[in-house]
Amino acid sequence: MFDFSIVTTWFDSLLRNTLGFGDFLSILIECVIVGVLILTVYALLAIALIFMERKVCAYFQCRLGPMRVGPWGIFQVFADVVKMLIKEIFFVDKADKLLYIVAPFLVIIGSVGAFSFMTWNKGASILDFNVGIFLLTAISSLGVIGIFLAGWGSNNKYSVISAMRGAVQMISYEMSLCLCLITAVELTGTMQLSGIVESQADGWLIFKGHIPAIIAFLVFLVAGNAEANRGPFDLAEAESELTAGYHTEYSGMGFGFFYLAEYLNMFIIAGIASTVFLGGWMPLHISGLDGFNAVMDYIPGIVWFLGKAFLIVWILLWIKWTFPRLRIDQILNLEWKYLMPLSLLNLVLMTIIVAFGWHF
Amino acid sequence: MEVRKPVIKSIPYDEFKDNETLEKLTKELQDGGANVIVGSLDQVVNWGRSNSLWSLTFATSCCGIEFMAVGCARYDFARFGFEVCRNSPRQADLIMCAGTITNKMAPVFKRLYDQMADPKYVIAVGGCAISGGPFKTSYHVVNGIDEIVPVDVYIPGCPPRPEAMLYGMMQLQRKIKVEKFFGGANHKEHKPIVVNGVETYEK
Amino acid sequence: MKLENKIFELKNFASEMAKLKSEKHFDFLVTIVGEDFGEEGLGCIYILENTKTNERISIKAVDSNRENAYIPTVSNLWKGAEILEREVYDLFGIKFLGNKDMRRLYLRSDFNGYPFRKDYDLSPENNKYTLEDDVEPDYTIEYTMDEEGHIQQIEHKLFTDDDYVINIGPQHPATHGVLRLQTILDGEVIRKIYPHCGYIHRGIEKMCEDYTYPQTLALTDRMDYLSAMMNRHALCSVIEDAMGVELSDRIHYIRTIMDELQRIDSHLLFYSCCAQDLGALTAFIFGMRDREEVLNVMEETTGGRLIQNYYRIGGCQADIDTNFVKDVKKFCEYLKPKFKEYNDIFTGNVILHNRFQGVGILSKENAISYGCTGGTGRAAGWNNDVRKNHPYDMYDKVDFQEITYNNGDCFDRYMVRMKEMEQSIHIIEQLIDNIPEGDFYIKQKPIIRVPEGQWYTSVEGSRGEIGVYLDSKGDKTPYRLKFRPMGLPLVSAMDEILRGEKIADLISVGATLDYVIPDIDR
Repeated sequence: MFDFSIVTTWFDSLLRNTLGFGDFLSILIECVIVGVLILTVYALLAIALIFMERKVCAYFQCRLGPMRVGPWGIFQVFADVVKMLIKEIFFVDKADKLLYIVAPFLVIIGSVGAFSFMTWNKGASILDFNVGIFLLTAISSLGVIGIFLAGWGSNNKYSVISAMRGAVQMISYEMSLCLCLITAVELTGTMQLSGIVESQADGWLIFKGHIPAIIAFLVFLVAGNAEANRGPFDLAEAESELTAGYHTEYSGMGFGFFYLAEYLNMFIIAGIASTVFLGGWMPLHISGLDGFNAVMDYIPGIVWFLGKAFLIVWILLWIKWTFPRLRIDQILNLEWKYLMPLSLLNLVLMTIIVAFGWHF
Repeated sequence: MEVRKPVIKSIPYDEFKDNETLEKLTKELQDGGANVIVGSLDQVVNWGRSNSLWSLTFATSCCGIEFMAVGCARYDFARFGFEVCRNSPRQADLIMCAGTITNKMAPVFKRLYDQMADPKYVIAVGGCAISGGPFKTSYHVVNGIDEIVPVDVYIPGCPPRPEAMLYGMMQLQRKIKVEKFFGGANHKEHKPIVVNGVETYEK
Repeated sequence: MKLENKIFELKNFASEMAKLKSEKHFDFLVTIVGEDFGEEGLGCIYILENTKTNERISIKAVDSNRENAYIPTVSNLWKGAEILEREVYDLFGIKFLGNKDMRRLYLRSDFNGYPFRKDYDLSPENNKYTLEDDVEPDYTIEYTMDEEGHIQQIEHKLFTDDDYVINIGPQHPATHGVLRLQTILDGEVIRKIYPHCGYIHRGIEKMCEDYTYPQTLALTDRMDYLSAMMNRHALCSVIEDAMGVELSDRIHYIRTIMDELQRIDSHLLFYSCCAQDLGALTAFIFGMRDREEVLNVMEETTGGRLIQNYYRIGGCQADIDTNFVKDVKKFCEYLKPKFKEYNDIFTGNVILHNRFQGVGILSKENAISYGCTGGTGRAAGWNNDVRKNHPYDMYDKVDFQEITYNNGDCFDRYMVRMKEMEQSIHIIEQLIDNIPEGDFYIKQKPIIRVPEGQWYTSVEGSRGEIGVYLDSKGDKTPYRLKFRPMGLPLVSAMDEILRGEKIADLISVGATLDYVIPDIDR
């Protein structure tokens, strides 16, 4: 299996040995390059996701979607980005200026931070702490503050209502989300993301952990959907209820940040689901069929990872464009009365299974 | 420098009506000549803007239903990139005024227009928005929204067919493609004049 | 029907009306028509119906004092009267004694004069618009008369200082149009709603007073554009009724079939907009796609997709197209399997059941009291279908069911309309093969004059009873023409339906009540 750490160690030795940079300078250069790379990939993935959504929803709805801007419409989102960059940026008169300006940045920071935890290939992950999962959920919670500040700082009654709904919803669903992840961690034994993926070398978690892993996966998808304010849980920015919700008063790049962060959050949820439950960059191995496994190993890890992540994104899009919206009290009902007890029971179940060794 | 003609995919330039207004506008804007670099940057920006016009959901009466029909599966303005209809005026570029504007609605409409972020465009859809339409003699109807806001494209009809609305949107795209972005004023921004205590724009 | 107005004196007006309601059981106030009776004064005509026997009577009350006209209110007897009396006050200046909310309804609060009076100046100089915002008073006035006959004014405050008030509308995601609901909230729970109408008030009724009878037909399609055929049908019916025109059977058949096609169109749009408001955008597109098929059929004959302009006084503008029968049959076959698809994708969804069931309950008594006709009333259990109660055209000769439910919640209102579509197809199928030969237009005189008198005819529109009141003085233009709005009682009932519900329920209720704003404002 192609190991990306070959490239990274080569580059590191290039800086330190061949070019003779000292410790500080080589680390600085590496960090800058990685930072630029993250932001570029973030933006490109966002563009790909927005285009994917427009086309997929169009095909669900018996129509064509963007067609005229470039062959098959592939340059549509680039046109959108160019337009958003040149829009006039407002400062609302009576709004709380500091909060109003800071809010989109908080959302983006939370999103980019969580994005950096993804493991793209063997040896290609940017942040790889030994408490990976834990830190990931902690950083992604920054987005909640951003949304709440955006609503409050806009000095607009609609925004406040929608911000409160959004904040309550996101905080509630984080509970189930984390419980599902802990359930998975129990089986793998490590919180470090690369370790989680390595432990799935003899089979993905969803097969190894059978019943509790499947339940955890499904609950994770539902909770992740709600956490990302997508699909049937998009009440915070419910288009037909409170106009545009917490980002009503933003235009130009400020709005662009919210827009991008929404799609990337969905991708991050899909990415985590595929890393933890579906094996990340690990190919499909069936124990016993060595020939089959060798063929699977030829396909590079990044193709596996992106394939799984986009499959889950497609499922989430399918759900969003089919179901009507839930009301806020129904959303909270679902979480506190159904999903949370279910995740707790699932956790207990998984503990029993691990303790008795009844997994594959 | 010859007048640059805006290109719309698959419809030849000569099949559009009213090319004279567009050429006059282009000559006005290109009067001082255009720098090559700035000109090409302008083209990129105009490409972006014309292909991604997000309209505000604003429909007062019957023309609004035809507007919805244009967005649906049969006519589908999403092919042009217009499908994203934002609800907040701050994020929209285009207000398609579909339907009659009454005296009571006029201040609301003006406020919506003022709230929009530049660059912004207005399309007057239907007879009522252009001149009052069938309700011209009423005591409570504004005779055309161009008394309140500057209008870029007029789409006549009562209601205009969806194909007519798509044609009007393409005319707006052509108008955007000849605009300047860097280095110079664009819409010679008309200042409103006050007539009988009411702000209006010169027609 | 020709109206034989009973005249009640103003002194005993309140008690006489109360007697009519309690003893004679006239519990449905169809409409209140304000009218400027010239030298007689300013007054109103009340049309009442007994829901058990479907008998209708009309009462006239006139105050000869044009400067200060006062009529006692009937809003304590029929809840729908409150908003209807506001409309009459707004347009004529008649103040109703005892109505707790005497504010203008359609016009700005700083409007000068009462436009529907005959001495109002309609010139453009007098009717300039202003771009200043309207400063609305935050109290209402109630007028009462004490024993000596002096008028007292009581002020009722609309809001307290602690109330959290948001404006929903007038610019709100398309579909329903420009209606402003001032909502007092308590967190997510709604405490009170004040509707503000008039953002699309075009003064159609006043304009019709200057038009000849054929010219008045032009504006009807633009009122409730989703019952375009029914609106025009009502107006043509009342004029033909007044003139005593006999229509051929062919005209009756064509009008029935076109009305039912329009009803399917409107209910498909209702379904699509319900889906859109709730966030299921795929169902929205599917409904609109099927609506295009209906529009194709209608467009072949009439030439219009939305504004049809098809009926005229004495028949239809043109005969049906040669392919009409074939196309209608093909369309019926196309639409029938779609109902199952709608059930699968939207109706059967558990989220929809949670959003709609038990939400926004309107009881039968309230429905009758407010006058909520149409699908809304039928969902509450009230049999108010004009096609059954006062049959016209071919409706007494075809077999169809009137769909009623019992709970009066959003889900019932939604199901009523879905089932009505199936009934419409059933009616069309019974009629389409048997259209008799004959004239499609009975020739009328070039200048149409209607004999003197007052008439009221109603037709079942897509959202309720559309009635047209015609007062003619024998001229070639009507003296007073009034359209009964289908949506106004629905909007006035919203406050009572939504007390204690949440904001998200406001959207569900608004979607299922299915009003169209230009029909309310006219």
